[in-house]
Formats: sequence, C-alpha cells, structure tokens
Amino acid sequence: MTEMSTITFKDNVTKALADDKLQFAMTETGPRFIAKRTKAREALPEFDALRDQARDIKDHVLDHLDIYLETYEAKVKETGGHVHWAETPDDARAAVLEICRKANAKMVTKGKSMISEEIDLNQHLAANGIVPVETDLGEYIIQLRNERPSHIIAPAVHLTRDQVEADFRRVHTHLDPKRDLTEIPALVEEARAILRQKYLTADVGITGANFLIAETGTSIIVTNEGNGDLTQTLPKVHIVLASIEKLVPTLEDATTILRVLARSATGQDFSNYTTFSTGGRRPGDPDGPVEYHVILLDNGRANVLGTEFQDMLRCIRCGACLNHCPVYNAVGGHAYGWVYPGPIGSVVTPALVGIENARHLPNASTFCGRCEEVCPMRIPIPKMLRHWREKEFERHLQPTSMRWGLGLWAWIAKRPALYRKATALASRVLANQAVGKGRLKKVPLASGWTEFRDLPAPQGKTFHQMWKERRS
Amino acid sequence: MSAREMILGRVRAKLPKGPEGSRREAVERRLAEHAPHLIPARGQGDIEHRIRVFTEMMLAVGGTVEAVDDINEVPHHVAEYLRGGNLPAVVRRGADALLARLPWHRGGALEVTEGPAVDADRASISHAFAGIAESGTIVQISGADNPTTLNFLPEAHIVVLEAADLFASYEEAWTKLRARLGEGNMPRTVNMISGPSRTADIEQTIVRPAHGPKNMHVIIVR
Amino acid sequence: MPESSPRVGLFVTCLVDMFRPSVGFATVKLLEDAGCTVEVPEAQTCCGQPAYNSGDRANARALALQVIEAFKGYDYVVAPSGSCGGMMVKHYPEFFEPGSTEHDEALDLARRTHEITSFLTRVLKVEKVGAQFPARATYHDSCSGLRELGIRNEPRKLLASVDGVSLREMTDAEVCCGFGGTFCVKYPGISDKMLEKKIRHIEATGADTLIAGDLGCLMNMAGKLKRMGSPIKVRHVAEVLAGDHETPPIAEAK
Repeated sequence: MTEMSTITFKDNVTKALADDKLQFAMTETGPRFIAKRTKAREALPEFDALRDQARDIKDHVLDHLDIYLETYEAKVKETGGHVHWAETPDDARAAVLEICRKANAKMVTKGKSMISEEIDLNQHLAANGIVPVETDLGEYIIQLRNERPSHIIAPAVHLTRDQVEADFRRVHTHLDPKRDLTEIPALVEEARAILRQKYLTADVGITGANFLIAETGTSIIVTNEGNGDLTQTLPKVHIVLASIEKLVPTLEDATTILRVLARSATGQDFSNYTTFSTGGRRPGDPDGPVEYHVILLDNGRANVLGTEFQDMLRCIRCGACLNHCPVYNAVGGHAYGWVYPGPIGSVVTPALVGIENARHLPNASTFCGRCEEVCPMRIPIPKMLRHWREKEFERHLQPTSMRWGLGLWAWIAKRPALYRKATALASRVLANQAVGKGRLKKVPLASGWTEFRDLPAPQGKTFHQMWKERRS
Repeated sequence: MSAREMILGRVRAKLPKGPEGSRREAVERRLAEHAPHLIPARGQGDIEHRIRVFTEMMLAVGGTVEAVDDINEVPHHVAEYLRGGNLPAVVRRGADALLARLPWHRGGALEVTEGPAVDADRASISHAFAGIAESGTIVQISGADNPTTLNFLPEAHIVVLEAADLFASYEEAWTKLRARLGEGNMPRTVNMISGPSRTADIEQTIVRPAHGPKNMHVIIVR
Repeated sequence: MPESSPRVGLFVTCLVDMFRPSVGFATVKLLEDAGCTVEVPEAQTCCGQPAYNSGDRANARALALQVIEAFKGYDYVVAPSGSCGGMMVKHYPEFFEPGSTEHDEALDLARRTHEITSFLTRVLKVEKVGAQFPARATYHDSCSGLRELGIRNEPRKLLASVDGVSLREMTDAEVCCGFGGTFCVKYPGISDKMLEKKIRHIEATGADTLIAGDLGCLMNMAGKLKRMGSPIKVRHVAEVLAGDHETPPIAEAK
C-alpha cells in the first residue's frame, strides 16, 4: 500500500493545493459536517455535560489501564473468545495471518478499521495469498485506488462522484459497460451487489473496535451501512483489531461516550448500527461466527501514558477536529502522509512514528483552537501540538533559520533598552522603503509573507518613541 | 517475556503509583456498581411520550412506524406492509415465542419461514428486546429466538416492539439484560439499530440502503 | 473596581509598537475617556508568544517574568490584542510551579489583564463610545481572543454604539484567517488558501471596512486585500472605537 510520506509534507501540501478535484471535493466537506454536528449539539441540551463525563471516564480508564486490560482479557476468555497481544504492527499482522491460515482463509471481508491501516494489514494478507475485501463503501472505493483513507470516518471525502464512477468502470469489468452510473445511488447499488457476494463467501471477517468493555469482555463497532455487522456475522471467524486505549469500564460508561460519538462525527444521535459483540456462538445460536479473536495492539501507546501527551489517548476517532480544522480543509487528509490526518493526526502520528519523521505536522497549525472547542473528549490539541514543538526545539529538529531568527528575537526582547533601539531602526527603515505607499511588495528574508500578500508598512516611529515624545 | 507481559509491564511502569490494593478496589467497585452517568431528558416521560419521540426519530431516518393496540393484528399489518412495498408475501422469523404464537393465518397468504436469514430472504421479522426512545433505536439480541442475520440480510426488516419494552434510554435496556442474563454476561451480539442502512460515502450524499436493509418497519404493540 | 481613577498599564504589543502605534494611542484614548490613568511601562517588549509557540519554553518563561515584573502595581493591564492578552491570561501561569511566588504573581497578572474591548465592557461597564466613524463594516473574530478569552459580543456591542458604523456579519467570522504567527511564513501556501476563503467571505458582505482586534490578523488580511487591489479598508477595532479616521487604514498611505 501507500508508504508514509509525513516527511514530504510540504510537497504533499503543494500538490494538494494545486489539485482542483481535491479542492472541489473538499469545499463542502467541512461545512457539511460542521452544520450537522452543530444541529445535533443544539438538539441535546446535555451534550456539553456529557463531553465532560466522557473525558472523565477515559481519564479514569487510562489511570487504571493495566487492571482494565487484565479484567477485559479474562472476560473475553470466559466467553470463549481469544485475546492476542501485539506490541508492534508486525506482531499484529502475524497474529491475524495465523488465525486466517488456521481457518484456511482465501478471502476475508473487512469492516472499517484505522488500526488495520496502521499495521498495513491488507498488504500483508495479499502478500500471503489471502484476498482482503474492504466493505465500508468509502474504504472499498479507496481500496480500488490503492489509497489510504483521507478522513477518519469518511474515507473517500477527497473524491468526486465521477472519480468513483471511473474506478468502478475500471475494476468491475464483468458488468455491462453501457450501464448508467451517473447517479450516486446507482454506484451504491453496484457496490452493494458486489460486496454482498463477498459477505456471503468470506472465510474470515475482520473489524475494528470503537470500544472494548472490561465489565463484559465486549467489543463495539458503529456503522451506518451495516457492513461491519455483515462482515462479522457471516464468516466462521471474527477478528477484532483494537488498540489498548480503547478500553472502557462498563456498559454504562460505553453508553455515555457513544452519546457524544455519533453526534460529534456525523451529527446523528446514534450510529445506525451500534453493535456489542462478546465471544463466538453460544449453544443454540443459529448464526454468528464460531471463533472470536481480539488483537490488542500497543504500537507506542503505552509509552504515551504518564507523559504530557497522555490526553491524546482519550480520542474516540470521531473526526470532528478534522471537520473544523481550516488546515485540514485546505489540504485534505493525504497531505498528512500517514494514517491519521487532521489535528488529532498531527498529535498522534509523531507519537507512533517518531517526531523526527513527522516534524512538520505539529507545526502546520495556527493554534486557532477550533479542534479543542469541538472535541467530544476535551483533548487539548493545541497544547499537545505545542508540546511536540517543544520536543522539536529540544532536539533541534526545526529549520535552523527559524530557530536563529526566533532566538535572536527573544534575545533582543529580553533587553528592553536594546529592543527599543532595534525596533525604532527597523520601523524607520521599513517605513522608508515603503516610500509613502503604506505597504511593501518585497521584503528581504520575508518571502514567505510577500509571496502572497503585501506587508503593511510601519508608521515610521515606534509607539514607545511617540509616547515619549508626546509626554515630554 | 510474552507480548502480554511486555505491554502490561510498560503500562504499569508509566502509571501513577498508588497502593496496589486501592487501585484494584477502585476498578472492582466501579465494575460492580456500573453506575449510569447523565441520562438526557429527551426520552423521559410516559409511554405516549416515548412512542412519540421514538416514532419521530425513526421516521426522520427513513424508517416507518405503526402502533397497534392488539398484538393479534400484527400478522395482518405485516402482510399489508409487504404488499405496500411490492415484496413477496414471505417473511422469515426466528424461534421467538411471541412471534411463534401470533395468529399468522390472519396474514392471509403470508408465508412465514423460520430460522436464521438466508441470502434469498427479502423480508424478516424480529421481536425487539427493547426500544429506546432517546434515539429511535431498536435493541435485538442474538440467539435462536431472533437470529442476528434477520437484522441485516433481508431488504425489509420488520420489528415487533412491545410498548412495555420501549424505554426512555439505553440504560434501562442494560438493566433488563442484566436481569435476564446475570451480572457481567452478554449474548454473543447486542444490535442497537436506529433505522435502515445508509451511506454518505460518495460526496456526502445520503443513499439508502448501503449493505443492510433498505427498509425498517417497527410495529409498536401497546 | 477602585473608586478613584483606575491605574492601567498599557501592554502595547510588539506589532502595535513597531507597525502601528496609532492603535496604541487609540487604546489610550479609550481608556482615558473611560476614566483611567494610563501608563506605559518602559521595560515591556514582547509577551513571549513567538517563543512559546515555537517550543522555546525557556525564553517564553523569561519573557513572562519580564512582563510580570514590568506590570507590577497596576490595577489593570490592558492590551489591544486578544492574542497577547490570551498569552498572559491563559499561559503565563503554566510556566511556574503551583504554590511558588512566581506562580502566584502570574495568576495575579492574569487576573488583572484584559483585552481592550473586553476591559471596557466587562470591567468598566462602558455601554457606548462617543465616536463617529462612517463605515459599512464586518468584523473578524481573532482566534485567541475568541477561544482563549471568550471575546465575541464585546467589540460588536461597542461598535454598535459608534455613530456611522453599520455591521454586517460575514460567514465564518470565527474561522482562522491563516496568520498564526510564524505559520503564515512557514506554510505560506496553506495560509494563503485560508486567507482566500476569508477574503471571499469578507467581500460577500459588501463591507467597505474590515475590523478586528488583533494586528497580526489585520496585517495578514490587509496585505492580501491590497495585493488583490481591493478597496476594502482595514482597521483595528480600537481605532474605530476611538473615532480615528485620520490615520490611513492598514497598508494604505495618506
């Protein structure tokens, strides 16, 4: 699949800004999601109070995560399920592959799982002779294009209808080329028919998990399509991919967080299909998977506990921060270069792949704070981004020119007398350069500014100069 | 050391130390109490209020609802519904006792098959474990009575919901489930379903159905 | 509020100091008209936000201490900026150990510090300003002022009292203009994209004047408007409230 391109963020951005189709697709994305969330929030007076409670639930879990993990595992085993612990993506891939091999799997269906993206599972299965089929419509479409999802909950927001039609025509060659796919429902119907056959014949179904409940050993998935349920119900084996921070204590705790999840994500009161799964078939069950496996993945999360970044582990992957982020809306999700885009992506990615490999992400933000404003789990994203910048500063990962420039600024600013002289000089020089026009089109060392806008000229004297003059 | 030991060890090392006993106690107590948190007022009220809120929410997402006073009317309404939707007069049900007892002959030519759903089934009927007014949600549990596949494979899913089981909020469904199965126990699957299948994955345009049922019809029995 | 004339220390901000002192003078006028005695401590330079936001905590902390020291003794500290105000109110205490003297002093400064429109309305209970300023205006909410200090109604309330100002709200008034300090020069393409959207919304209101409370945002938007050849005039809210239509708008000459 796609490699990590967090290092080429700037090139990614240049491409994204010049991509007319992407820009067109992204124009309505943010505003639509924003309007839906706003409406849902206004329709539930208790919404903000529930966010506080959701945050508190997760904080409690994280502080007791070891105990909850043990409790959860015991409960899963009690109900006949299997738990596989995976430290790294390699471990997780190996565990999945082994389960699939034991089941003689030829083809597996998949519900949407960001963890499966994180561990590049599809590539691994395919390389080992097992065909993975994405069943979430958005995921199916991007699988045809060999792309990563560009949004945490709506994988294909970066595409237009005609692009999807082109992909369907390119891949579904067994269908009549003269068929009419101009309308979106026709495309959905085509996908439904194709994927139905996959559901019915898959050997293994793999899903993610929005939450894991310690009280009962339960995994939760939420979908609107029903694809997750068909994926996990029809095959003989159900594999759940989940990272360790997905734990919540009780059914009631899960319920409270579920109340803020769909509202924050799509503006729905509840996701259409919210499914709680515990173990495989019970005696008397006429349908459902026989085997139930949970892969518990660490991949860097334990290292975040107890640090100033711990709050990021409260994330419930709703995507609200993406929708409200002016940067995300300007460049789309692929520019971020890895699995998780947007504000939360800029916080999580350095934690999982190393800040040295993702140094641009925490910097590509104005700290406008909209993400934090809407996060259902009250994650202080700008604060986390700033912490990453501090780490970069400590490790000298920022461009030298920037470090020197800001360092010089601070050095002068700590010396008020010198600062007075330096600013007076700069003010006069720039004002003179503007030659009475009030603005400058070109300024040495400031091409980043003047590439797109003029620089308003200083008025010629500093405030402090004038204040002194007026008072004397 | 196994991955399990490594991960748990790493987690423990990073967490605030406290007297180990008190940390475990805190967890055990929370699990045992499973206290609910803030429950929104929306669904709270008498049965008529709950029916009204439930209906409003289900209709808003393209589901349909009708209320009947006599459970014996259900087969007739099922037959009508299938006819109105141009569907064959065949419906699949599980072993659910309430559904089994219904006077199906009142559905005229309606044929009722039993068991988990198969690909060819175009309509299913299940008996809801609960309804949730707060979000217009149906709760189904897995098992021979109402096999999970009934909820997903056919294009029309009909649900019989007894008014006494139409709760204001999800928490009451959990209480009922615990009473039935015991503390800490769950069936293989609990499906909370809030309308017919849909997707907005192409240009954020909502299309029904995606992969699950195209239609969801709830018959509330007062 | 002290019964006698409140003694206000003006936090000029580095952008106002270097680029547009008229904003500072407008702020002084507003404060004096409202009955305050205004002083401008010499030892102030920068609030430290550039250092803070680039991860240089040590320098940010040092500048915070400098500001705290410079503004000791004033009843209030007022800045014509939600950004610097937010830095001082929300972030200074983070540099110091709770319980330490420095932390207490930071909290004390935070309690006394306000952005200008917020100070006038919330503390001095000013309902109207007696200014005249003809303008078909629209107002941009700067992110820090809005989200860190909760400033939204205050400037609008005061602008409504200015004779000649008619205010029309733009779509997405509260969405970032793309300035973000060093962001606009580090990622100029993204900044420009955000700016383009903002300008479209401004133009759609039919306004002839753009007003905001932060000079960084204003310079960013004015610079773009002028580059585009737009006739829209850009002003700081303090200037409008003080009735200063003498000073040329931002990025324009006399």
